Amino acid sequence: MNILNRILIIMIGCVLSSMAVAKDLTVGLKSEPSSIDPHYHNLGPNNSLSAHIFDTLVGSDENQQHYPNLAVTWKPINDTTWEFKLRKGVKWHDGSDFTADDVVFTSKRAANVPKSPSGFGTYLKGKTFVKIDSHTIHIKTEKPYPLMPNDLSTVKIISKKYGEGASTSDYNSGKAAIGTGPYKFVEWVPGDKIVLKANPNYHGALKGKPAFNKVLFKPIKTGPARIAALLAGDVDLIDSVPPLDVARLKKNASLTLTSGPSNRVIYIHLDQFRENSPYIKAIGGGEIKNPLMDVRIRKAISLAINRDAMVAKVMEGIALKAGQLLPAGFHGVSPNMKPDPYDTKAAKKLMADAGYGNGFEMTIHGPNDRYINDAKIVEALAQMLSRIGIKTKVETMPKSVYFKRASAGGPNKSPEFSFMLLGWGAGSGEASSPLRALLHTYDKSIGMGRANRGRHSDPAVDKIIQQALSTVNADARGKLLAEATEIAVGKNYGVIPIHYQMNTWAAKSSLSYQPRTDEYTLVMGISNN
Amino acid sequence: MTAFILRRSTQSIIVLFIMSLLVFSGVNLVGDPVEMLINPEADQAEVERVIKELGLDKPITEQYWYFLMNAFKGDLGTSFIFGEPALKLIVQRMPATIELALFSLFISLIFAIPLGIYAGLKPESKISKTIMAGSILGFSMPTFWVGIIFIMFFAVYLGWLPSTGRGEIGSFLGVKSSLFTLDGLSHIFLPALNLALFKLSSVIRLTRAGTREIIHQDYIKFARAKGVAESRVINVHLLKNILIPIVTIIGLEFGSLIAFSTVTETVFAWPGMGKLIIDSIYNLDRPVIVAYLMIIVIFFVFLNLLVDILYTLLDPRVRIQGSN
Amino acid sequence: MLNTDSNSKIINVFMYKFWSDFSESKVAVISLLILIAIVLIAIFAPLISPSDPYDLSKVSIMDSRLPPMAKNFAGDIFILGTDGAGRDMLSAIFYGLRVSLGVGVMSAIFALIIGTIFGISAAFFGGKYETFIMRIVDIQLSFPSILMALIILAAFGKGIEKTIIALVLVQWAYYARTARAAALVERSKEYAEAAQCLALGNKKIMFNHILPNCMPSLIVVGTLQTAHAISLEATLSFLGLGLPITEPSLGLLIGNGFQYMHTGDFWISIFPGVALLITIVSINLVGDQLRDMYNPRLKK
Repeated sequence: MNILNRILIIMIGCVLSSMAVAKDLTVGLKSEPSSIDPHYHNLGPNNSLSAHIFDTLVGSDENQQHYPNLAVTWKPINDTTWEFKLRKGVKWHDGSDFTADDVVFTSKRAANVPKSPSGFGTYLKGKTFVKIDSHTIHIKTEKPYPLMPNDLSTVKIISKKYGEGASTSDYNSGKAAIGTGPYKFVEWVPGDKIVLKANPNYHGALKGKPAFNKVLFKPIKTGPARIAALLAGDVDLIDSVPPLDVARLKKNASLTLTSGPSNRVIYIHLDQFRENSPYIKAIGGGEIKNPLMDVRIRKAISLAINRDAMVAKVMEGIALKAGQLLPAGFHGVSPNMKPDPYDTKAAKKLMADAGYGNGFEMTIHGPNDRYINDAKIVEALAQMLSRIGIKTKVETMPKSVYFKRASAGGPNKSPEFSFMLLGWGAGSGEASSPLRALLHTYDKSIGMGRANRGRHSDPAVDKIIQQALSTVNADARGKLLAEATEIAVGKNYGVIPIHYQMNTWAAKSSLSYQPRTDEYTLVMGISNN
Repeated sequence: MTAFILRRSTQSIIVLFIMSLLVFSGVNLVGDPVEMLINPEADQAEVERVIKELGLDKPITEQYWYFLMNAFKGDLGTSFIFGEPALKLIVQRMPATIELALFSLFISLIFAIPLGIYAGLKPESKISKTIMAGSILGFSMPTFWVGIIFIMFFAVYLGWLPSTGRGEIGSFLGVKSSLFTLDGLSHIFLPALNLALFKLSSVIRLTRAGTREIIHQDYIKFARAKGVAESRVINVHLLKNILIPIVTIIGLEFGSLIAFSTVTETVFAWPGMGKLIIDSIYNLDRPVIVAYLMIIVIFFVFLNLLVDILYTLLDPRVRIQGSN
Repeated sequence: MLNTDSNSKIINVFMYKFWSDFSESKVAVISLLILIAIVLIAIFAPLISPSDPYDLSKVSIMDSRLPPMAKNFAGDIFILGTDGAGRDMLSAIFYGLRVSLGVGVMSAIFALIIGTIFGISAAFFGGKYETFIMRIVDIQLSFPSILMALIILAAFGKGIEKTIIALVLVQWAYYARTARAAALVERSKEYAEAAQCLALGNKKIMFNHILPNCMPSLIVVGTLQTAHAISLEATLSFLGLGLPITEPSLGLLIGNGFQYMHTGDFWISIFPGVALLITIVSINLVGDQLRDMYNPRLKK
């Protein structure tokens, strides 16, 4: 491409984007946020919406890499203190100045919102915010804490002036919904729409000035309805295009589809803590010792999974085969691990070696309304396991029932199922997130292994995870996390990864969306074609 | 009359109380809302904070007691999902549901009453037989399936009408409704028709039965014998007397339209209270489920009372007695 | 006392009369034949289905979403196509009919028994007991059935037995009202008074004498309520509140097909819907004819 061409393209781009300023945009969302209050509910749809109105200190881009947002620099100044320099000249939507006081105020409110069903306490505990000057903050911890930027990339900074004494209702009504973000809050009609308008004074850390005058979010829960609305021109962009429809919609010249891997791995938890597992029986129904305790059986199961067929047929090609906890590109991913091949011969041999040559009976469980095509994945898994002699029955249920039973449905609030399908999205964008929650030994007192529903436990893995969690040097930490993954997943088969979910957005052909690994739908990520 | 209303009210309060007890204890057995709501990355300390925050750490009896005490003060609890009073959430979504129900009532009445009267006047004609066969088909077709077919045909295949959501809201004489804008009307048409179709058949049948009954009354025969024009017989004598069943229909059918709108609202993503209750059931938003139930019970009790009172006012032959 | 011979004669005469009345309407006869065929399909589904749609070792994901009349590489033909998991739709519909009809009929029978007991006993004993029962019936009938069922399932969770319980609780009041009305009429008749004079036990009078004479109207209500129950169950399952996915009724099949609405794979949603519609319409038409036969007053 010669220079002249490039200049031409840039010029056209400028003309188009300046034209876009006057435009309105309507977005069809799968999940409606439950509140405008950025600290009320720490969940994808809420965080995604509030990112338009509010900013974080540390930004997180489409690949969850950090960039300077309200903080321009951050670094550890000693073992237990991080220094954050704040951006100068930033204005709140009402025109007042953003200062360190707002940050200190946020640190106090974010973890303590009344009636909050999932707050930010996990990211803020053990941290003391100290104002040094109007644009410098020191954050102190008791022990060296490497995940400071990751944690602070999740917490939205609110205005002290409006936030003091404000309730969640005050944010929902707009009274307190004053942020520094690229869009201002206009109104929310629950179940119907959320309206935002451009903030002309936006500081521009994320993709410069807002490209749309007015933005309307419409919650449309069912996939078919979302597609219908897009095809009918009622909305300009939709998220979560069902994999089923991707191929057909791609052929439609009036639409632009973009897909990207998410930070969510779909995997299997296997019961590794009960001598007799409740959903595993000998062929014919007799009691047997839990075969999943044997790593050879776990490996055999992994080899029995035809991941190519799973991706091609069940996920309609909209997923990536998984061999570990996060796809390549994330911090702490091992470069050495590949998805297990599909090898029923080797799997049957492993079964025979472990003394289960005749197979056994097992009921496997999964949700049917949580992950993309979850019930179908479980059924396909059952078909595949049946081929290596594991007589498999399937039970799927809505998430409202499933998660309670999966986490605490058994005696003494232990996990109920023997073999279950789950997913894990690494919100912090690092392998430490799934490792500490899924594969570290379950230990309530130190907050580890909370979602370890198979109760996998290997002291060697625990040691490496804990070491990684106190290593501030990013490269060294990454190596440790990769090592932990190699042992826990690659060697121990503590969990069996199947695939990484991919998300697809569809827009009318004049627009296109930059896919995000965190599954957020941000208007700032829309560009003109 | 007063005695009647009093008796009804006491009974209603007992019903309300029993229902609240059953539903409150029932919903507390299903699933774990914290597991549903919490960010998976949260640690155990955060899980415990949430359990406490939502009041789920207390025994169920204590939770029910709090609920009752607050209910007397008009507070039906706070939504787990939205953190707002459950009552407020329901009231916010009420206009959309009522608008949908009214519009479908309108559709079903303007079609069903003429058809019903015709079928009643000429029961042996081919057209009447077709109408009656159609009405059987009408109430045999499950609402949700018809809704899917409507979307497939009118919205996807023909592309004539939008398939989901509520349109723009206009204002007329201070009343805000999506019925006052073109966009709103285009959005409401399919769901309203879907909802009306089911009711259409039952209104046709009731109108026909009413017509059949009245047409054999002496005063109609007398009017005809007197040489009154047939159109006048129908418009004045018949319609006037058929009003009683129609008022009952409007009352009772309106209630059932509100109930069935849960299905239609789910299919068409109509942001009314029906969709709210279904979403709340999916998401285990217990306070909203309980509050919705309370409101719907009160609503139906009131509606039935109203129908009974109107009944006596319209037809002096019916007299409400203190008992039965 | 009658001997068995004349007893069977009476039955023959009764059947003859029944059939001659019933066959007055051609539509009703056709509906009855269709209904019988549907019931047979439901009962013998495992025998006549081309394949067992829930035997996972036989279903292959590689056959998913084949259109009607398609052939897979093993040479099996799928007359109505396959669904997203590679199940033969025709077989899935046969099995679905079994579940839908089973749930509908079961709930209707339980509701009939419970409702009849309360209805007849209310009519027979009268007084406070009657007032109390009938007040509950009135209150319950003033709530639309879908709401009642929704509330029950919201409160107690989904499942096949919970769905049946919900349907029974929703429907028993209709039977109670019908049974009471019929029993009141019968009670005032001479034979009942005669039986009372003979000092026969209450239970005996109620169930040996009054009940058989209430049966016709209960059967009419029962037929129509079965159709209603099937439709209601389908709706609840579609909403995701009725049957679990392991027991796929027609409603659940339609719900599964909902997601394929825009892909052009119409058969996954349309065919189960048509099967459901045919079932409900034929039951309703048969019920309509029965009502016209046994309620000459309503014969218009």
